[in-house]
Amino acid sequence: MIEIQNLYKAFSGLPVLTDVSLTIEDAKTFAVIGASGSGKSVLMKNVVGLMKPDRGTILVDGVDISTLSYGETRKLREQFGVLFQGGALFDSMNAFDNVAFPLRMITEMREPEIRKRVEECLETVHLPEAGSKMPSELSGGMQKRVALARAVALQPKYIFYDEPTSGLDPITSNAINELIKDLDARLGITGIVITHDMHSCLHIADRIGFLHEGNMHWVGTVDELHSATDETLLDFVKASEYRIGP
Amino acid sequence: MTYPFERKIESFFVEVGRYGLLLFQSFRSILEIGTYWKNLIIQMVRVGVDSLPIVALTAAFSGAVTTVQSVHQLISPLIPRSVIGGVVVPSMVLELAVVTTALVLAGRVGARIAAELGTMRVTEQVDALEVMGLNSVAYLVVPRVLAGVIMFPVLYAVACFVGITGGMIAGELGGHIPMQEFIEGGRQFFNASDVTFGLIKSVVAGFIITSVSCSKGYYTTGGAEGVGSSTTQAAVSSCVLVLLADYVLAIMLL
Repeated sequence: MIEIQNLYKAFSGLPVLTDVSLTIEDAKTFAVIGASGSGKSVLMKNVVGLMKPDRGTILVDGVDISTLSYGETRKLREQFGVLFQGGALFDSMNAFDNVAFPLRMITEMREPEIRKRVEECLETVHLPEAGSKMPSELSGGMQKRVALARAVALQPKYIFYDEPTSGLDPITSNAINELIKDLDARLGITGIVITHDMHSCLHIADRIGFLHEGNMHWVGTVDELHSATDETLLDFVKASEYRIGP
Repeated sequence: MTYPFERKIESFFVEVGRYGLLLFQSFRSILEIGTYWKNLIIQMVRVGVDSLPIVALTAAFSGAVTTVQSVHQLISPLIPRSVIGGVVVPSMVLELAVVTTALVLAGRVGARIAAELGTMRVTEQVDALEVMGLNSVAYLVVPRVLAGVIMFPVLYAVACFVGITGGMIAGELGGHIPMQEFIEGGRQFFNASDVTFGLIKSVVAGFIITSVSCSKGYYTTGGAEGVGSSTTQAAVSSCVLVLLADYVLAIMLL
């Protein structure tokens, strides 16, 4: 379980997150929605330890990550997988080596075991034949799927999806949404989806948090979202629906 | 309100602080050999082996031009021709081999390092390494700096050899000085401590170029424009710092 308490983060004196408190339960998918620049990615980077909060506490399975040394933080990160917005595949390696990279660098697995695990991961994201392709030879959607295969390679407990459908066409977006939903359910992963795509969010998430003006303005289930009366939330949802609606 | 000059001063100290922090992290990570040894070999090939042709070419012409200019200035019935060798050899060993190699490599190696790391930073590949539980400094920075420190002395030795040979051939082909006399002059004025001095300078140059370029690339912000800016700054800063270090070392060691 991830618990965020009174998180505050500012850049050059300008606050981005002013007072964020949130609990993310295990084996559920939580979506953080909000406008561009509302601090969704900053929130994610604080939780995975890529940024340090100015104030507040982040507990991962009861451990306050701000008290950990760099070595302990690195150990903790092995529980995290992150699907970055642009995929963040290493462009000097082919898809197979990208997926194999964390296994070779972090685990003691032997090469035949690594090969088997990589093939499983590529199979999971429906790209069994893509191993020999370089990232530049893959489409945007395929890059995200390979990145997803790399994110699950170490069998993490938590996966963060940073704008998983941004820059993709609606059909590929749906395919990615299905894949995320399937992975979270089948592997029992706790998913944290950072998105402003309401369609994606409603499809994947069990619970949703709306980040607005530096605060977690609203938190609830998908059903509760449908019956929500909060004006600010409804404005955001309606604007998103107009954008993606027929 | 902050004025442009104050911003530049602030930005300078931020850069120096980041550079110091990156060096501290690099020294702290140097024992994580398992993380970077494969990368170290790759970087040694890129920094050293791949740079050989341009280093040899630059050194050959530096030696040849030094010979031709020395002939122009020193040939006189009162001065033995072997003096030409005595000018070219120490010039190459003490100064030209290191400085020309360093300036060429500041562009070739420094710019490449900054562009590679900068692109990795802006495309979140550095964050991806960290999230996997890897030490990105140990994986990216340490092997590049070590490769520079290890391979620059090798390139310096090659540059000395090729430069002196280039000068000797230019003297022979131009009909200014026979090879035998060139070698005699070179031997007469050769001082073994000059080689030590050159090697020290090459290690320092290798360290400056790779570490400054790593710092510029590692802390890149601002997308493609940021990568371009980091690359230019890496090449320019490396050149300036190498020349400054060359002067400081000359005062200290000669």
